[in-house]
Amino acid sequence: MSAIRLRGLIRKEFLQVLRDPSSIAIAFLMPVLLLLLFGYGVSLDPAHVPVAFVVEQPSAATAQFTGAFRRSQYFQVVPMADMPQAEAALMAHRVDGIVRLRADFAARLKDGGDAPIQVLVNGVDANTARIVQGYVTGVWGNWLEHYAQSQGQELQPPAELRTRVWFNSALRSRNYIVPGLIVVIMTLTGGLLTAMVMAREWERGTMEALMVTPVSMREVLIGKLVPYFILGMGGMVLSVVVALWLFEVPLRGSVWVLVATSSLFMLVALAMGLLISIVARSQFVAGMIALVVTFLPAFLLSGFIFDIGSMPTVVQWLTHIVAARYFIAILQSVFLAGDVWSVILPNSLALIIMGGLFLLLIRRSARKRLE
Amino acid sequence: MSAPNAAPAAGAPVLNVAGVSKHFVSGERRIDALRDVSLHALGGRVTGLIGPDAAGKTTLMRLIAGLLEPDSGAITVLGLDAAREPLAVQAELRYMPQRFGLYEDLSVQENLDLYADLQGVAPDDRPARYRELMHMTGLAPFTRRLAGRLSGGMKQKLGLACTLVRPPRLLLLDEPTVGVDPVSRRELWEIVYRLVREQGMSVLLSTAYLDEAERCDEVALLLDGELLGHGPPQAFTRDVRYRSYAVTAPGLKKRVIQQRLARAPGVIDAVVQSDAVRLVLDQDAAAVAERLLPGVDAVRLQPVEARFEDSFVALVRARRGEPAVAAGSDDGVEAAADGDRAVIEIHNLERRFGEFYAVRNLSFEVRRGEVFGLLGANGAGKSTTFRMLCGLLPPSGGEARVAGVDLRRARARARARIGYMAQKFSLYGNLSVLQNLRFFSRTYGLDRHRSQNRIAWALDRFDLHPVANANSETLSLGYKQRLALAAALMHEPDILFLDEPTSGVDPLARREFWQRINALAEHGVTVLVTTHFMEEAEYCDRLAIMAAGEILALGSPESIKARAAIGGVAASNVEEAFIRLIERRPAGAEAA
Repeated sequence: MSAIRLRGLIRKEFLQVLRDPSSIAIAFLMPVLLLLLFGYGVSLDPAHVPVAFVVEQPSAATAQFTGAFRRSQYFQVVPMADMPQAEAALMAHRVDGIVRLRADFAARLKDGGDAPIQVLVNGVDANTARIVQGYVTGVWGNWLEHYAQSQGQELQPPAELRTRVWFNSALRSRNYIVPGLIVVIMTLTGGLLTAMVMAREWERGTMEALMVTPVSMREVLIGKLVPYFILGMGGMVLSVVVALWLFEVPLRGSVWVLVATSSLFMLVALAMGLLISIVARSQFVAGMIALVVTFLPAFLLSGFIFDIGSMPTVVQWLTHIVAARYFIAILQSVFLAGDVWSVILPNSLALIIMGGLFLLLIRRSARKRLE
Repeated sequence: MSAPNAAPAAGAPVLNVAGVSKHFVSGERRIDALRDVSLHALGGRVTGLIGPDAAGKTTLMRLIAGLLEPDSGAITVLGLDAAREPLAVQAELRYMPQRFGLYEDLSVQENLDLYADLQGVAPDDRPARYRELMHMTGLAPFTRRLAGRLSGGMKQKLGLACTLVRPPRLLLLDEPTVGVDPVSRRELWEIVYRLVREQGMSVLLSTAYLDEAERCDEVALLLDGELLGHGPPQAFTRDVRYRSYAVTAPGLKKRVIQQRLARAPGVIDAVVQSDAVRLVLDQDAAAVAERLLPGVDAVRLQPVEARFEDSFVALVRARRGEPAVAAGSDDGVEAAADGDRAVIEIHNLERRFGEFYAVRNLSFEVRRGEVFGLLGANGAGKSTTFRMLCGLLPPSGGEARVAGVDLRRARARARARIGYMAQKFSLYGNLSVLQNLRFFSRTYGLDRHRSQNRIAWALDRFDLHPVANANSETLSLGYKQRLALAAALMHEPDILFLDEPTSGVDPLARREFWQRINALAEHGVTVLVTTHFMEEAEYCDRLAIMAAGEILALGSPESIKARAAIGGVAASNVEEAFIRLIERRPAGAEAA
């Protein structure tokens, strides 16, 4: 290992990054773009979901009931004359659900008997459907309580359910999407960018020229690791700054844990990129492989958007080889809960094992040969 | 400067290749890149590795540099085993790969710094070494320029400077002169010889240009992965001495003479060269005009000096046992009306890309049945001119008429009259020969009947029957070239455009190709060809030499050589003429 050679390689890499706008774009522009897009554009919290209300016989009670929904920020009440009309609206996706109050609603309510409400939800978008269903029940429960009080009766439920949401008390989906995004962004710089720049050296014939110098393969690899590590961490810091100040995501854990675990994950991502570049010697192939084995799993199988617990068992097994899942677990706890060692330690250990394995594979297969 | 440590005594071997074989597997195909090759390079000498594309030159270079492992055999570089101690070997030799190994987004200075770091040049030694290299390569004024913005010749020199940043004992150069202009080519050779003379460096250089063989101290001739011969170039030419002639006959056109000679008994080689036909005879054939060209009067056989290419052709023919001329060339090539009307007329044609003039002030005419060459280095404007004439790129100014059609008005109509053969042949690799021909006849809008006729004609005329059902990517370069030419001729065009048609193919395939081109020209097809092979220029009726987007000289090869005369003595070949004409241009006119 020669310090002069390494310094030369690292300086060269930085100069190339500075002169190549596409590297800068992937490292800094893409994170900001993704954060803005997902931070503002994608929200898993329902708001103003249009729901059709079919009130077959309006009365004071039904007006009170619909009023409760009108006041809710989650729903937008769309009054409909009859069921066929409401069903047509559901079919046409103008509403996401139907709430039907039958003609005898007020009467049965007065009798103190059960007053059934029919709720129909569009199950095509299962996620929204489940949320609509839950919220309708919630609003209805509240209303029932108020109604009972207004009637001078004390509703005596056998047991009372009091929900408190920890860590993300406002239930803002942004609070867990943004840390997840940071993982995706780091995967992008580490995996995609690194695989591409290595492939570029093969494509342009400069790798051949490097290889016939006294430089060792280890120096070539470290010469790539260091600059893109710095670049990736830069993208990470930028994302964290945007997350904290623009999206007001809390950071409840300590900064040093954040930095230490991020560095660890960055190394794993870089190792994946280098591993890809050993097989792929054209930028096109490298980009495709990186997309399929790093970026997409980080998006889909990491628990970033889709809960791992609700995936089929086989897919759940599969997520264990996705490095991003461990880092997402760490980040979500560091941002939202604090330094929860029982989460951080095992997940870090998994990252260390993965990174070590990848680096070992690289060492074994990156030979200074052109075959 | 630091002298290379202990330069080996001149004449002692610095490189020994013993019985080396190497194969690659691509899909289901096995490619034998090298078969039992043995050769050596001597210290303080320039050894040339000569051969066409796919001969195995680059594979051998990579094996020597320890970048590949041989299947069998051994390579000793400066006493080290290249396969077992690649790092030690790489510390001793320098290797410039084909594309020079430059980082195009780094400046000249930054490239130098990088390679100085990688080669472990001490910081104190650098300023002096840089000065020396910049002086040697003439790059001193451009140290801040990005490598990607340099001309081909300058890139080549920067690649060399980076390779030499620490002087090695053995220098490997892989096709350093491909695609660079003749002036840069000559300068590179001067640098190489200075290194050998002043520093006792040993150089192994590969090239596909046969004329460069004569500049080497020793050559190793490679073809299809096998060694054809090894020794000083004089030894090769000595074998074909007194067998070369320039043939002229006042009553016959040169192409007719060439075609007849090629089929005469005892003829190894016959090629058009300027006004005459260059003839190489078999060892025991007699140079008797009546036997060679029976029935022709006043045949003149002027003995000329043998050249390296003659011996190469003789060696290849002996090995392959091929006749001098391939079957399928036409007889009855007498006289198509020549020189009657211009089919290509260009007046003040220009093409701008932003501020940059790729082509300007271009004016020439090409007559029916003429073979017209566009000659120039990479970046001289040949391809741009070609694309405009084919109607692929609209001109930014000037007039151009092709086959009587104004290119600014009816480009599509002009395209129907021309055939175009692109540099890389543009065939569909995973289609068979027959499928390729069918595809091209369909794209030219041939009806079923005519298409069948033309495909049958192509298979016969280009000897493609044996490979009709083979995928075109599995064909040899020579067959690919034939197929590409056939595809360009499916619609019987009046004008044929050939873009670098013979680059990389071996001399025999090149001869066969020109044989076909000549026959076409005799039938009245006008041929426009670009080339950077200077010797190929001699096959043309007229030439335009281009440099930096402008025509430097226009006329027959003879008249161009005469124009480049110094003290009343014409240039001996087109390359020399080219160099002289470039040097005569006013300073600053050359694009940097």
